[in-house]
Amino acid sequence: MSVNAPGRAKIDAKTLRTDAWWLQPAITAAVLLSFIVYATWRAFEDKFYFVNELNPGGKVDLISPFYSPCLASHCVSGSSMLGQPIGSWWTLSPALLILVFPLGFRFTCYYYRKAYFRSFWLSPPACAVAEPHTKYTGETRFPLLVNNLHRYFFYIGLVFNALLTIDAFIAFRGVQGGFHMSVGTVVLLLNATFLWLYSLSCHSCRHAMGGRLNHFSKHPVRYRMWTWISRLNTHHPKFAWISLIGVALADYYVRCISAGTFTDILFF
Amino acid sequence: MGYTSKFRVWRGDDTDGGLVDFEVEVNEGEVVLDIVHRLQATEAPDLAVRWNCKAGKCGSCSAEVNGRPRLMCMTRMSTFSQDEVVTVTPLRAFPVIKDLVTDVSFNYQKAREIPSFAPPVGVEPGDYRMQQVDVQRSQEFRKCIECFLCQNTCHVIRDHEENKEAFAGPRYFIRLAELDMHPLDVKDRRRGAQEEHGLGMCNITKCCTDVCPEHIHITDNAIIPMKERVADVKYDPLKRILLKITSRDD
Repeated sequence: MSVNAPGRAKIDAKTLRTDAWWLQPAITAAVLLSFIVYATWRAFEDKFYFVNELNPGGKVDLISPFYSPCLASHCVSGSSMLGQPIGSWWTLSPALLILVFPLGFRFTCYYYRKAYFRSFWLSPPACAVAEPHTKYTGETRFPLLVNNLHRYFFYIGLVFNALLTIDAFIAFRGVQGGFHMSVGTVVLLLNATFLWLYSLSCHSCRHAMGGRLNHFSKHPVRYRMWTWISRLNTHHPKFAWISLIGVALADYYVRCISAGTFTDILFF
Repeated sequence: MGYTSKFRVWRGDDTDGGLVDFEVEVNEGEVVLDIVHRLQATEAPDLAVRWNCKAGKCGSCSAEVNGRPRLMCMTRMSTFSQDEVVTVTPLRAFPVIKDLVTDVSFNYQKAREIPSFAPPVGVEPGDYRMQQVDVQRSQEFRKCIECFLCQNTCHVIRDHEENKEAFAGPRYFIRLAELDMHPLDVKDRRRGAQEEHGLGMCNITKCCTDVCPEHIHITDNAIIPMKERVADVKYDPLKRILLKITSRDD
């Protein structure tokens, strides 16, 4: 049944909005689709994800966030921070082993739910604009019921954030030892920072920190943490976009250095 | 400085109706409700419209202005250009009674379905004692003026009349959140929110928050926290085990 259900005001138009309501979902769809295409291509490419002294342009150790941790046996030498526990039976790209977790975190994210329900599923495309579907059950059935597991993806996402932060600090160490800084190290550090901001501003994080409590006065420390996370939480959509674009740019930067497209610029 | 504006107002009842064109005087500082009143005073004396306070606090004059759910008394004419046609229709999610007046009794029925405040046994009204820090989250939701713009814009019922039976809507999710977060309310409302009031049908598209004239953060502060609380008892076995082991009670 549609917005023209019996008894309601008879208006043929699906919406009477006169503004460019379609613009925001269109931009969202374009950006998300671009990311999906790029991430899919890079995940299957299975090369140019690690930089070390063997690369002509490599000044420091850089690993793409799409491939860290690299767990398969055929990972490039030096790129497996956690070893290669998966073994040699895995012959596809090692990125495919890990990307399901950050993608799951974003797919179940409360902000991205708004983004993709509006822009891809048109449910609804914009406020007070009729959706095209004849039936709607929301998140009460599989597969959308999985969205209720957001907190598990959040916990796993924290592990990935920690690993990518370690990657950034390893990059500062330099291949010859000592402390170095290059554009690549800054890129990885910024990427890790944005991912932390995105994760810590998450609604599940806010709930875990103190949202589930009814007596803040009995838990002053958790209440303080909840207020901090709540402040971050108001910027969650912003961090979602910045970190999404940031992780793609970080990967692209590492790819360009690894492929020899250009050389990493060493500050010191 | 006054000017003549083109207005299109939906007129009719639950059997038939349509948009009727008017040309009407607009003066500086006026809102859409002023123009509707001018139409009543001049060209359309039988135009039906529900209104009361003209101050955005009674929630009576909810309608759709150029397709957007708004309070007519809070929609300034200066937000439209002088040559723009302003279209005013009744709320499109509820049955129309006449012209701009709709039957919002669906909402009162849903209100009755929400179990009321349940204080601890032995604590009588007048004996309630709580700290401000504990009750302040619930207080945000008390700002609701029951204009039902959130209910009207929610696509779950706006586009699917058949969902009305199973879905309470955003206005009643903030009521559930208000009670569930209340430090003195002892009733566990989490399973009921999902199983009886249809919280799982909400897909977080935030239109309720967008249209709220009281700027209540319906989605971020009520619906999502309630979804997380529901996940605690229905979708998070690890948390349940952890709470059992530590015997924690919040």
